[in-house]
Amino acid sequence: MLDKTGHDDLKLLARPKPLLDRRGWAAFLAIGFVLIVLVPLFNLAPATGSALHLPGYLIPLLGKYACYAILALSLDLVWGYAGILSLGHGAFFALGGYAMGMYLMRQIGTRGVYGHPELPDFMVFLNWKELPWYWHGFDSFPFALLMVFLVPGLLALVLGWFAFRSRVTGVYISIVTQAMTFALLLAFFRNDMGFGGNNGLTDFKDILGFPVQAPETRIGLYVASVLSLGLCFLLCRFVTRSKLGRVLLAVRDAESRVRFLGYSPTSAKLFAFVLSALLAGLAGALYVPQVGIINPSEFSPANSIEVAIWVAVGGRGTLYGAILGGVLINLVKTWLTGAAPELWLFVLGALFVASTLLFPKGIVGLVGQWQAWRAERRSYQSATPAEKAAE
Amino acid sequence: MATGPFLRLPAREGAGTARAGLDSADINARRIIKTVLNRLVPMNRFLPLLMVALMLALLAMMRPAHAQDLAAALAGLADSDPRPAITALTASDDEKAKAALAALAQGNLYLRLADNAVVIGEKDGEMVVVTNAATGDIEDMARPDELQPITLSEDARALLGDAGAAAQGGGPLDFAGAVAALKADNFADKARAIDAFTVLADPRAIPVFQALADGRLFVRKSDGAVVIGNASGNDVALTDAVSQEKAGIVAPAALDVIFVNNNLRNVLREAVGRLGLASPDPAQRRAAANALLDAATPDTVALLREAFAKESNGAAKSAMALSLAAVELADADKTRRLLAIQVLSGSSDLRVRALLQARLSQESEPDVKAALDAAFDRLQFKLQLYGYAENLVQGISLGSVLLLAAVGLAITFGVMGIINMAHGEMIMLGAYSAYVTQEVFRAFLPPSWIGAYLIAALPVAFLVAAAIGIALERGVIRFLYGRPLETMLATWGISLILQQTVRAIFGAPNKEVANPEWMTGALELAGGFAITWNRIYIIIFCFAVLGLIVLILRRTSFGLHMRAVTQNRAMADVMGIPTARVDALTFGLGSGIAGMAGVALSQIGNVSPNLGTIYIVDSFLVVVFGGVGNLMGTLVGALTLGVVNKLLEPVAGAVLGKVVVLVCIILFIQKRPRGLFAAKGRSADA
Repeated sequence: MLDKTGHDDLKLLARPKPLLDRRGWAAFLAIGFVLIVLVPLFNLAPATGSALHLPGYLIPLLGKYACYAILALSLDLVWGYAGILSLGHGAFFALGGYAMGMYLMRQIGTRGVYGHPELPDFMVFLNWKELPWYWHGFDSFPFALLMVFLVPGLLALVLGWFAFRSRVTGVYISIVTQAMTFALLLAFFRNDMGFGGNNGLTDFKDILGFPVQAPETRIGLYVASVLSLGLCFLLCRFVTRSKLGRVLLAVRDAESRVRFLGYSPTSAKLFAFVLSALLAGLAGALYVPQVGIINPSEFSPANSIEVAIWVAVGGRGTLYGAILGGVLINLVKTWLTGAAPELWLFVLGALFVASTLLFPKGIVGLVGQWQAWRAERRSYQSATPAEKAAE
Repeated sequence: MATGPFLRLPAREGAGTARAGLDSADINARRIIKTVLNRLVPMNRFLPLLMVALMLALLAMMRPAHAQDLAAALAGLADSDPRPAITALTASDDEKAKAALAALAQGNLYLRLADNAVVIGEKDGEMVVVTNAATGDIEDMARPDELQPITLSEDARALLGDAGAAAQGGGPLDFAGAVAALKADNFADKARAIDAFTVLADPRAIPVFQALADGRLFVRKSDGAVVIGNASGNDVALTDAVSQEKAGIVAPAALDVIFVNNNLRNVLREAVGRLGLASPDPAQRRAAANALLDAATPDTVALLREAFAKESNGAAKSAMALSLAAVELADADKTRRLLAIQVLSGSSDLRVRALLQARLSQESEPDVKAALDAAFDRLQFKLQLYGYAENLVQGISLGSVLLLAAVGLAITFGVMGIINMAHGEMIMLGAYSAYVTQEVFRAFLPPSWIGAYLIAALPVAFLVAAAIGIALERGVIRFLYGRPLETMLATWGISLILQQTVRAIFGAPNKEVANPEWMTGALELAGGFAITWNRIYIIIFCFAVLGLIVLILRRTSFGLHMRAVTQNRAMADVMGIPTARVDALTFGLGSGIAGMAGVALSQIGNVSPNLGTIYIVDSFLVVVFGGVGNLMGTLVGALTLGVVNKLLEPVAGAVLGKVVVLVCIILFIQKRPRGLFAAKGRSADA
């Protein structure tokens, strides 16, 4: 390691790689242009009924997919790179969503069914007299935004610190995170918690003074979601390309060895876990105003485990694979739950089995496999004349 | 050096000895055929899946056959000569057949012109609410001109009259009439209907009255029948008020409750007492005396005294003494009051506590007051103690259910390091096996055999779950060894598929699995403190299963192999243990036990496609808490979790209690990541 060549090797490894190569940037910008400029344009410019017109209902739907993609991205960061399969990422998503939902609830003001100036409807219904302490401050958007990041981040920090410090790994961390989201599910179902119980938070009116239902607001939210997705992707890309990212990969593959080499796997994993929770929280916060409701079912362990399958189907440890998987599976879900709802669970179940058994590297890996197969064939074909010549 | 033990290993089928007998050409031919077959169809992958599909198809075909007979008989009603059909329906003991006959007698049975289906129609304004007579489901609203009434000739109607009488069993037609009169709209008519019962003096009125007083007497919207309901999960289990037979499970929305006011409630309670005191059954006399404890009127006190003098049964007599003492608590004579207090202080009934408390505020004599105070404190203490004991028993019972659910998981997890997310679905399949066994017993065997279905269900459930488990292991899981996270996801997918398949075959609503006769009722240990028999049997059963597993692990060669594979897979392989087969059988064993757990669970709760998901998180926690692959740890973990859960429930509420337990376990895993009973030494690294 200390000889000259080895030193050079290390330097080579440590040199920061570019975020994306030229083709990558071109693709990134092209997709961004289509999603951010063309989609709203085709929704607004052509008259309704024209073939080019993009129906209005598609906008929040695409926005929703973008949120799912951010969530998938956040899980890929911890699962694909740090080897932590969190089955509780839905909890961070939902917590971010609840923080945003609380802001939106406070924006309703006197327009609720009971017209109470301060208390949300469900609190009036429960006969509460004043706002619980943890609802204070949510009338300001910057505070709510802070909470969107702070609450999931803090939960991830505490849970991760405890878990990684005592070296809870593998399936154990999966079960712990699953138990966490299950506990939150049960807790949020309770009316006494002050988060609307079973029904959650809904009937939103305004966000930042714009009506939530208005087409312009929806386009705004959609653009914000897509922009966030792009930025999150670049951020994750930056992290995974950095030295820290390489440590994470090493932790995933041989944790003890990393520890013996003098790195701290605990802090590397903790960083990735908290960052991932922040992203999930952001996804939830963008999701809630677009679907108009947040309720405890978002905490259900089944939801979180479904995220894992988005990532697995798309391809782990690639980031763009996670985005692809998140969008594709939700497209299929939207279509199937409309066309043949009883089939959806069969398809989802089959996807779980197939993606682990048949294409463990996901869709992205399939492309790679096919390319490898083609390259092999080509090399074989090109080698044939040479062999003939040799004969 | 390589002496004894290595050579003395028993030869396994397919091992060298058997194959040595074949000549090489034969082997070659076989190998070629096998290779070709494998190329064509990768059988080893698809065969297990095929087996699962076949088994599920079989389950689907095992639906009760008599549903078809009913449909045929109903279609016969619309024939020119409906008499054979009427006779057939009369002979049937199906509720739906009875409903159809009743509708026919009232002229409410129609032929739907659109599809010639026989339906029961109920006028609802302009429209008619249509109930399919064959399925009993409410189907639609229809215009009257879409239906053709089924009318009867005179002789057919006569036959129907006979049939009606036969179905009612002759005499107690009046009882049925009295029950129907309870549906009256106002309280005065209801009071009259209740009076009519007291004239009849039919002991069947007792459960009806009790249900009416508790608000559990309903009118079924589909046919207007009066039924007694008992909460069964989110649904209501029905008992027909007239025949007092089980009448299925429905959603609360399908029922209208028959309301009573407090006045009527007192009348009812008194009537129950009156009817019951005259009953020939000592248990009913006792229940009646018990009901009169805080509902006695001067009339019933006289009755009670009379009955007390005649009573020979000990338990009934002491119940009557208690009720009399409750009356005499307000007696003018001081010594009688003191005597009454003494009698009452021996009881452990909540109502007695209320009586004593009420009397305490009225009493003026200081020594009686002191006696009252002492009796009250004693009762309070006893009730508290019973409360704890009851929680403890419930906790142990919940713990043993958890143990049954988790023990299979502990085995598969311990031996193979596999997280089987489909484990909960094995439990669910076991519960459905119990349901199917029950239906088969009902359909094909004499009614007296029905109590034995549970015994038959155990091996059925074990085999079904074990077969599906083995198929799962061979078909999916074995390709994923060494990739625990992927195994988890794949088995989760399988659990979704199994759930949805069961939903497709049996439908989403809950299925009712009845407790056999010998499991109903409760063992009363002291007044007010009783343990239901089904809980006791489950606790016993659970420990029996645990004992059986210990025997298998310790005393059989399969158990030996299993332990060897757990401790050191590579070495076991080298020693000639067929690890692949051990894996498959272990998985089968774990799944089979889960199936038996499902049979046990079907006795205390509803059977629904998502039964498994309710228990899966808890089962994991038990395994993680107790330590992986350690039966003792699983036992301690399950019982601790069960008891802690139940003890927390009254303090913190059911949901919050559960949250607290979850958080505690999450913290506990931080402290001891390998569980309570972690494996020590070399095997700990595996």
